Amino acid sequence: MEDYGFLSQLVQYILTGITLGSIYAIVGVGFNIIYNATEIINFAQGEFVMLGGLVMITLVNFAHLPMPLAFLLTVIIVSLVGLLIERLAIFPLKESSVLRLVIITIALSILIKGLAMFTWGKQSFALRSFSGDTPIPFLGASVIPQTLWIIGITVVLVILLSIFFSRTIIGKAMSACADNPEAASLVGINTQRMVMLAFMLSAALGAVAGMIITPVALMEYDRGALLALKGFGACILGGLGNFYGAVVAGIILGLIESLGAGLISSGYKDAMALAVLLLVLFIKPSGLFGSAEVSKLKKF
Amino acid sequence: MGRKNTIGVLGLALFILFFPLTGRIPAISHYVDIMTFIGLTAMITMGLSLLMGYAGQISLGHAAFYGLGAYTSGVLTAKFGINPWPAILVGVLLSAAVAVIVGSPSLKLRGHYLAMATLAFGEIIYIIFNESIALTEGPDGFGNIPHLSLFGFTFDTILANYYLIWAVAILMLIFSLNIIHSRVGRALMSIHGSEVAAMTMGVNAAKFKIQVFVISAVMASIAGSLYAHYVQFINPPVFDLFFSIKLVMMVVVGGMASVWGAILGAALITFLPEWLIFLEDFDILAYGLVLLLIIMFLPKGLSSLTGVLYRLVAPRLKSGS
Repeated sequence: MEDYGFLSQLVQYILTGITLGSIYAIVGVGFNIIYNATEIINFAQGEFVMLGGLVMITLVNFAHLPMPLAFLLTVIIVSLVGLLIERLAIFPLKESSVLRLVIITIALSILIKGLAMFTWGKQSFALRSFSGDTPIPFLGASVIPQTLWIIGITVVLVILLSIFFSRTIIGKAMSACADNPEAASLVGINTQRMVMLAFMLSAALGAVAGMIITPVALMEYDRGALLALKGFGACILGGLGNFYGAVVAGIILGLIESLGAGLISSGYKDAMALAVLLLVLFIKPSGLFGSAEVSKLKKF
Repeated sequence: MGRKNTIGVLGLALFILFFPLTGRIPAISHYVDIMTFIGLTAMITMGLSLLMGYAGQISLGHAAFYGLGAYTSGVLTAKFGINPWPAILVGVLLSAAVAVIVGSPSLKLRGHYLAMATLAFGEIIYIIFNESIALTEGPDGFGNIPHLSLFGFTFDTILANYYLIWAVAILMLIFSLNIIHSRVGRALMSIHGSEVAAMTMGVNAAKFKIQVFVISAVMASIAGSLYAHYVQFINPPVFDLFFSIKLVMMVVVGGMASVWGAILGAALITFLPEWLIFLEDFDILAYGLVLLLIIMFLPKGLSSLTGVLYRLVAPRLKSGS
């Protein structure tokens, strides 16, 4: 603890904001992937994050698996949960209204939360950091190594996903379904399979977010809703369906929250982020990077 | 209002009148209390069903209007000693004003954007309840809110509040049914069908949407005030985001395009935890599962059940006679 001047404090707040924001960004991108494939906002998205954290904890703390293996297994397990959800609850109702499907995801999130409470109980669990806890000094602030993991993994995910959507056949097929499902199926893309894939990919992203945040924030069965709310905020602020929009908006929300809490009032930090979100929507109804024309074409 | 609805309202009124007789059965004697809460919840869901089922707009922030009513009534009566009746009116005016201010820009949004905007609004109000400690005593909440009284009669028992709250709820039901079968109702349904088509026919869509939003906010606010005077204690968790989501769920489970469905949905989802209590820790699981199954297999909600049953029974009655 050398000098704790205003500047170093500011750096600390900004770093915290970017860390939080990275998580919101990943959750927001998860929302977008499912939205693009189905026009549904999947309210069970936060449950994927919670499951990611808790499954990882089980594999590392109780099964004593090495971290990288546990990480990989968790991603696979939670993706399978995503697959299961799509097959059991979304696929059978593919012809129904968007609102009804959204309500179904809310019911699903209650169900998953209940299952998690049953499996892990109500207590919070800790997970050790990916690489030690010795703080690294940075511009007068101190950075815990997990922060670097969170930011680093977010950056890698964003790069991987943009390559996936722009360079791979499956990724391009998914984008095509998002633009126009009928046209996509005419050129031979199996749109049903793309929806299934979207749920798996989105669940995997949620799981990663859950695993990287748990070492700094713990995890318990009912954390999902709050994370989903923030992620949904990021996704709307950035413009629904806009991949980079969600990333930028997530970081913006994280920064407002952390700077607002540090400089103005910690009690009102969420209110400030939401007020900014409301203002943006009132001025630009389709989000920061969304297109008004595109959003008019959507059914919901 | 139509003959069917008139019979329905009379039936409901009779049911409400005699329901407290169940209070004599010890195992379910607390059902009257639960029914009182259902009456309060039904006031909000009826307004929401007008908004969702008829105007086609979603609100994930209606718990905020419920809270605004409750807190205005609570603070004015318990802290400033104002008579409850004018306090309810202040709550109504405040909620209506907030609904106009928030609704005018919000209702220009569509679908998920509208959902997010109303959700953000509800959450901000919830945070204000928690943080403006000088007025609301924050997370602890406050008590000492007086019961309502009229012509020297004080509504200080569960039964008195039960009848008062359901009387108001039934008035709101009649009001809602009348709205649907009026010019406004037809305009709303045309907006739900196609906003563009409605506008070309000369329907001022924006005006009607805000009107219904304000009506639903006022209904929720009155419910909130009655809640505060019934329970005599308020704290923020009652008005949180989860309650807003639950309200929307009640409307969908009951059947969106029916005010009757809104009452059914409110009743079912409020009673459900009560019926699942024997499952102990499994109750949250069963709750999620029941909701999921209803929404999956009854696309038009519970209120469509009567139609389904009617179609099953009617042919047999005819052939029998």
